[in-house]
Amino acid sequence: MSWAPLILSIQVALVSTLIAGLFGILIGYSLSRRETPARDLIDVVVTAPMILPPTVLGYYVLVVLGRSSPIGQAFEAATGTSIVFTPLGAVVAAVIGALPLVVKSARSAFEGTDATLVKAARTLGATPLRAFVTIELALATRGIVAGLMLGFARALGDFGVTLMVAGNIPGYTRTGSLAIYDAIQAGREDDALGLIFALTIIGIIPLYLATKLGKPRHDA
Amino acid sequence: MTLEVSMALGERGQLDVAFRVEPGITILFGPSGAGKSTTLAGIAGLVKLDRGVIKVRDEVWLDTEKAIDRPVHTRRLAMVFQSLALFPHLTAEDNVAYGLDRALSASARRARATELLGQMQVGHLIGRRPATFSGGEAQRVALARAFAREPQVLLLDEPFSAMDRKLRSELGVLVRVYVDRAKVPAILVTHHRQEARDLGDRVVMMERGRIVREGGIDVIE
Repeated sequence: MSWAPLILSIQVALVSTLIAGLFGILIGYSLSRRETPARDLIDVVVTAPMILPPTVLGYYVLVVLGRSSPIGQAFEAATGTSIVFTPLGAVVAAVIGALPLVVKSARSAFEGTDATLVKAARTLGATPLRAFVTIELALATRGIVAGLMLGFARALGDFGVTLMVAGNIPGYTRTGSLAIYDAIQAGREDDALGLIFALTIIGIIPLYLATKLGKPRHDA
Repeated sequence: MTLEVSMALGERGQLDVAFRVEPGITILFGPSGAGKSTTLAGIAGLVKLDRGVIKVRDEVWLDTEKAIDRPVHTRRLAMVFQSLALFPHLTAEDNVAYGLDRALSASARRARATELLGQMQVGHLIGRRPATFSGGEAQRVALARAFAREPQVLLLDEPFSAMDRKLRSELGVLVRVYVDRAKVPAILVTHHRQEARDLGDRVVMMERGRIVREGGIDVIE
């Protein structure tokens, strides 16, 4: 049994969680502000990957980022490699899965922050950036980290979109989930068991941490 | 140090006030919905005013005619909110140090915060977070945080309304001592007659966004 698919899964999950974290915090913060235009529309678009079939999502990604799309062609001209059917495609697929979880958690965490605290910080001489970092972001950290944990767990196990966008190329884009599917299909259950246990453990730990972090904090 | 305020807000004239505040404690008195808290928020720059002029001595914070509107953080004021708005994730020391001059060294900031908490008789709270404070302790920390800012104007938005008379009187003394020593104007919002009489030097009475009377504390019947 090769551990390469598991290592790729972890690498993809880490990179995609980082990307989903950056965009998720920004989008979650924007959605928490009443003055943000078209909040509901943005929320629907960001949340859609949670309910759309992976094949549908995969199709959209292929249309937008595929080798014949303007973005895909521009990326290939600049880097010499395509986005789809590469590990980068697996990252894109994982980001799509993780982003809604990070956005939802971040939004909820920011909305839970008392707006008066920010006003108080401003009257105490804090610039908008300082008030954001030291008050809003600081108070939302637990919720955001919980969202990142969920996003990591989700990214780690992505299957459908990854298959559509990155393919299942052994030693290149075959992630842990795809390797398990392959092994079961080929009747090599023993090969799959190690990956199944490893993905279960690596997936459950962040889920447990997310649950712990999601509970209200009792300051002392 | 004097504060001159003239401000208007709302197409239907929901708020339209003009008054001048001298050093001492001025009570902004009136029923709920009179526009008292909005007036404070306007002075602080927390609400966008349709027109107005706010001057502290010769310093212009707002002049809508001249398109001057200084951001909140550059107006040297301190505001104590009704909810107190202590930062729940910071200790008492860090809450008080938050508004201190950032040019000070970390040790100087700590020393000043410790000194102020001691003056407010809550030095024992220094490393504790607000969730563990009693109501009175939280009030004292909130006042220490406001005084740490060394404001040109002190704004108090009903911070004592939930307190009993004895505690209110004790906290009022702390405000009085600070205001007299720093010679700054303080505006205290309240709709409690007794609190107004206990703490105020002057009164500005408001109703439905307008000033209806102003003068000495005996204006309140």
